[in-house]
Amino acid sequence: MPFGNTHNQLKMNYTAEQEYPDLSKHNNHMAKVLTLEMYENLRDKQTPSGFTVDDVIQTGVDNPGHPFIMTVGCVAGDEETYEVFKDLLDPIIEDRHGGYKPTDKHKTDLNPDNLQGGDDLDPNYVLSSRVRTGRSIRGFCLPPHCSRGERRAIEGLSVEALGALDGDLKGKYYALKDMTDEEQQQLIDDHFLFDKPVSPLLLASGMARDWPDARGIWHNDNKTFLVWVNEEDHLRVISMQKGGNMKEVFTRFCTGLTKIEELFKEKGHAFMWNEHLGYVLTCPSNLGTGLRGGVHVKLPNLSKHEKFGEVLKRLRLQKRGTGGVDTAAVGGVFDISNADRLGFSEVELVQMVVDGVKLLVEMEKRLEASQSIDDLMPEQK
Amino acid sequence: MASSFARILSSKRKVGILSLVGAGSLTVGFFLNREQHVNAGAHVRRIYPASAEYPDLRKHNNCMASHLTPAVYAKLCDKTTPNGYTLDLAIQTGVDNPGHPFIKTVGMVAGDEESYEVFADIFNPVIKERHNGYDPCNMKHPTDLDSSKIRGGQFDEKYVLSSRVRTGRSIRGLSLPPACTRAERREVERVVIDALAGLKGDLAGKYYSLTLMTEQEQQQLIDDHFLFDKPVSPLLTCAGMARDWPDARGIWHNNEKTFLVWVNEEDHTRVISMEKGGNMKRVFERFCKGLQEVERLIQEKGWEFMWNERLGYILTCPSNLGTGLRAGVHVTLPRLSKDPRFPKILDNLRLQKRGTGGVDTAAVGNTFDISNLDRLGQSEVQLVQTVIDGVNYLIECEKKLERGQDIKIPAPISQFK
Repeated sequence: MPFGNTHNQLKMNYTAEQEYPDLSKHNNHMAKVLTLEMYENLRDKQTPSGFTVDDVIQTGVDNPGHPFIMTVGCVAGDEETYEVFKDLLDPIIEDRHGGYKPTDKHKTDLNPDNLQGGDDLDPNYVLSSRVRTGRSIRGFCLPPHCSRGERRAIEGLSVEALGALDGDLKGKYYALKDMTDEEQQQLIDDHFLFDKPVSPLLLASGMARDWPDARGIWHNDNKTFLVWVNEEDHLRVISMQKGGNMKEVFTRFCTGLTKIEELFKEKGHAFMWNEHLGYVLTCPSNLGTGLRGGVHVKLPNLSKHEKFGEVLKRLRLQKRGTGGVDTAAVGGVFDISNADRLGFSEVELVQMVVDGVKLLVEMEKRLEASQSIDDLMPEQK
Repeated sequence: MASSFARILSSKRKVGILSLVGAGSLTVGFFLNREQHVNAGAHVRRIYPASAEYPDLRKHNNCMASHLTPAVYAKLCDKTTPNGYTLDLAIQTGVDNPGHPFIKTVGMVAGDEESYEVFADIFNPVIKERHNGYDPCNMKHPTDLDSSKIRGGQFDEKYVLSSRVRTGRSIRGLSLPPACTRAERREVERVVIDALAGLKGDLAGKYYSLTLMTEQEQQQLIDDHFLFDKPVSPLLTCAGMARDWPDARGIWHNNEKTFLVWVNEEDHTRVISMEKGGNMKRVFERFCKGLQEVERLIQEKGWEFMWNERLGYILTCPSNLGTGLRAGVHVTLPRLSKDPRFPKILDNLRLQKRGTGGVDTAAVGNTFDISNLDRLGQSEVQLVQTVIDGVNYLIECEKKLERGQDIKIPAPISQFK
């Protein structure tokens, strides 16, 4: 939708070879997979809403990638993208999600009772705990492709559903275009506010069109549960609080999500989900659970240890700076979260975080006392 | 209830009649079931009425926002050019960039030559506002590339450091940068460099493809002030002009480095003639000769430039229609630039000042980029003469101030001669 060359009739006047992108300097998942032959087979197709293969890959063409970080290089414009362009997306999904096959089934488990422990991460080290995911409303196009009317409809539905939450989930919606400077500053200080995307990865896919129309942020009065509307996905749902009680964070996360899903269903709307891909989101990297559960944790000694990377890898965790993806760690404080999204359930992923962070803190304490951590080295999960 | 409502809406949409629900209202109540069938080439979408799609332009200050009423939007939002370019695509840059309180940007682009016809109901008032009253409905644009008509044009080089004339040209039959496919863009490149390879004598030169140039070549082009970057201005990126960068982009220049052509930046081609010093006459002579040669060479292969007598040369941005010409100098005016009458003098001479880095830059020291304000409604010869006469006047003012004499604001010169 956003791009002038989405109209296949025009492109079909040229051969596949003439249209095929130059990916010779590219290093992202899309570039690894999209051969000329595949492009030829896919270029005359489109989803029911008109999303084409060129729409899918534009962000990957425009952003050759990084020598160290392997970006996905593709986005979905609607739920059907993953079906119509499965020849392209299945191998990308397999590569990105640790060998997940087109025939594999994904398990969804949002029962917080199944999480063991997680309520006692040492608050001297674990400064905050957070779980986020995304949800898409079935029947609507995704952010790269939606029209203004659709985006506003998504906002309207979401605000209505969220408005019906009560108890400790009761809260308020702040539309980006209506918020006052004071509200804005408060939301920034609370680390709640999202900005207009500046990353070329997002801009090139058309997700920032019409900003800030129909974008907003909702949070409960306690500031422990928040929802972003129409940023990179229809909804991003976040449960967070200071300290190390991940169990409580995850419980609120599950309760809130389940309630929101019920409220949408009451109005005749489901979330995009299927038993192969789990929850369907804009970026293939967020399929499955779409879940990133993590902590801000002080690991000044461990982070300098030569085995830090290896430990994280075995625990199936990843590190980021405390500003989120693409930022650096400040003062030895890291954002540690699950590396996986698809092929593991929500409970399983949060369990990995809980168990893994517990171990990391133990290792940190050992190193503080100048003791070895060799006996604590974990097996590959 | 939903399905009968859907039938009414979809049938109305086919007929092109839509009921409006008032300016700026964000109706959210029109939900339709997604149609599930796929037809090759069919563009079946969840359909919303124009009022639900109309952009929120309340905080906007650009020409598009000034003229795109809900009625105009509703009239045009279902139309496409033969290539499939839509109104939403044309206005996206203006929706995404509300504008600046001081600078009024245009806020829309053309995806192809036909955009200016199909969406004339919005382009015409935008053109009229941007081009100071030029009315495409009843005026004709004069084209004149006969440089022999220029009088004077050799500036005092104590003041004028360099002289430059630029314009753009589009290849008829190929989509413009906001809309072109990769293959089209590559075709533009092929057609243009094929023609440029036919230039001889003082115009003979070489093409440097952005994808293939070496670091050394790149640095040399930067040092020569020839190289263009991947656009970072959101005005351009939001219009989709930077897609697939740097594929099929490049820069050609003659061996003497006085005539250069940018390929597939903001337009199919940008053509630039420049020299150090104050010989604007010679710069314009080379400009005209080069342009005419290139036109002849593409015509030999069956191509032509986009042009019509209503809008002159067709370019991506409505602000560049007509001549697409910006003729200017880098000129040092230490005293005049500090005089409070400077802006008014420029205005009356129909000149504009920019910093020496081009548009959106500030002046460095006392050196300014002074060029013509107008693009459409006057010919190339007329505009360059305006610049020559105007810059001479500015230099005279500077000299007078040097001598301690007073200066006068000139009478405003007329547009649309």
